[in-house]
Amino acid sequence: MTMTTGQPLSEYETLRASAFLRRGRLLAAAMKLVLFACAALSVVITGAIVWVLVSESLPFFREIPLTTFLTDTEWTPVFTNARYGILPLLSATFWAAGIAMAVATPLGLVLAIYLSEFARPGVREALKPILEMLAAVPTVVFGYFALLFLTPLARQFIPGLSGFNLLIPGIVMGVMILPYVVSISEDAMRAVPMSLREGAFAVGMSRVQMAFSVIIPGAFSGVTAAYLLGFSRAVGETMVVAIAAGQNPNLTGDPREGAATITAYIVQMSLGDLPHGSLAYSTIFAAGLTLFVITLVFNLLGFFLRRKFREAY
Amino acid sequence: MSVTALGAPAETRRLVAQKKTQDLVFGTIGVLVLFVVMGLLLTLVSDLIIDGAGRITPEFLTSFPSRRAAQAGVLSAWIGTSLVMIVTAVVAVPLGVGAGLYLEEYAPKNILTDAIEINVSNLAGVPSIIYGLLALGFFVYALGMGQTILVGGLVLALLILPIVIVATREALRAVPAGLRESAYGIGANQWQVMWNYILPSARPGILTGAIVGLSRAIGETAPIITIGALTYIAFLPPSPVSSTPPFVNLDWLNSPFTVMPIQMFNWVSRPQAAFHENAAATGVLLLGMTLLMNGFAIYLRYRLRRTVRT
Repeated sequence: MTMTTGQPLSEYETLRASAFLRRGRLLAAAMKLVLFACAALSVVITGAIVWVLVSESLPFFREIPLTTFLTDTEWTPVFTNARYGILPLLSATFWAAGIAMAVATPLGLVLAIYLSEFARPGVREALKPILEMLAAVPTVVFGYFALLFLTPLARQFIPGLSGFNLLIPGIVMGVMILPYVVSISEDAMRAVPMSLREGAFAVGMSRVQMAFSVIIPGAFSGVTAAYLLGFSRAVGETMVVAIAAGQNPNLTGDPREGAATITAYIVQMSLGDLPHGSLAYSTIFAAGLTLFVITLVFNLLGFFLRRKFREAY
Repeated sequence: MSVTALGAPAETRRLVAQKKTQDLVFGTIGVLVLFVVMGLLLTLVSDLIIDGAGRITPEFLTSFPSRRAAQAGVLSAWIGTSLVMIVTAVVAVPLGVGAGLYLEEYAPKNILTDAIEINVSNLAGVPSIIYGLLALGFFVYALGMGQTILVGGLVLALLILPIVIVATREALRAVPAGLRESAYGIGANQWQVMWNYILPSARPGILTGAIVGLSRAIGETAPIITIGALTYIAFLPPSPVSSTPPFVNLDWLNSPFTVMPIQMFNWVSRPQAAFHENAAATGVLLLGMTLLMNGFAIYLRYRLRRTVRT
């Protein structure tokens, strides 16, 4: 297209220019639709998850009343005298996740405060990659470590600890979710405005006092969100418990014993031959639905709390 | 209170010293915790290496799994992992970047956008095994696709989609507003601005996110077990390239497969110590791959930050 200033465009040139612009606009409009479809796909995925979990577990809930599912204390779906109470799996899941939180909460709080308030920027930049490396270790490797290194070691000190137990996988999961918990809580702590820190120092607080009486209350919703999301991760974590906590449904109050969690049960059943449409097949979806509902509640709570701390400052 | 002219500074000094001690104690605790965590990571790595390094030989990489531990290898597993990762990357990266671009640059502030945001954040927290159940019920049975490389790659792609979306959005947020404005200023339309200016500028950040996502997918075991992928695979998928036109062969997508973490899980769950050695060796390889990928991502981000600063 040749264009000289002052001269009006020829009819041909005007047509070509407007065709060029129209093509561009068309492409832009089409791409906007394509990009929207990409974003909307996430909603479709959630919908598909809910649909699959509900429709595949429906045959199960037609046979077994919800009250039996939630209150029976035995889970023996493949025995001749089958019982379908989710409680043993739930209790093991919460034991392991609870132990993980008992490890991750104090360590996570100390690390987050250290990284956000104590470490110099250079030190912090050097340390964060280490935490990221820890987060990158495949869970099956953590499972190996829990079963074949930590458990034999711990059995020398803890009497009555079985080869498969809830304690060691719980502790390992605690370390595993640590980077995640630390990174969210540290974000929340660093979002607390500098003026609050300066105010605390001005009234003569030490750094520790400032951290506990200004930063933690100021970042409370974000730190809580970190723990809720961490708990949800621990509840849904699969390989560590499937490898090191055993595959035996066991309603126990003693974490030194082994017990199958919801996720370990799903793994165990998936390893065998599961005929599509059988009752055994639908049990893994019923167990999965239970797991999904629990994690959904914690994820949503965590999401809204996190958003709250972002809005606060 | 008897505050004498000499007493006050002494009292102040005592208080200051006390607070300094408090800070020192807490700082020490922080460093100690860090050392414990690092020590654990080091113990894990060295335990794996001590147990498994002896098994990492060329034969280990070129043999199929076997009933005899000493002859077993990870050939089908590492080839399976590579092929699954190709599918995952091809699916997850464009979709994730597209979704991130829409949410960050196009999305109007309304209920729909809000719903999508909550959704993405929730998907990031859905346990990986639930994705496995989705794949089992939907891809394997409802669509009748079977336990193939394609299904394995798709389920891992869905799993890492939120990671790619979040990384894309962060990378886009770091693009200077001036670039956007000047591109619009010379008459580019929205897509031209995105394609020619914003995306190239955000590329290193997006790449970092994609690598982190893929390194997570490489280590994922649970969803692959759930779709019922076989653990004993003593054959290779059809080759992706052929010597006759059209030179590309897509039959491998429909082939059964196994991956590294599945092979490791399989060997860990056996009682014999000889298989545990194999598991450790697989673990070393797996860990090496994920740490390399993450190290590369961290390096990319570091370089990116330096160029942005200057």
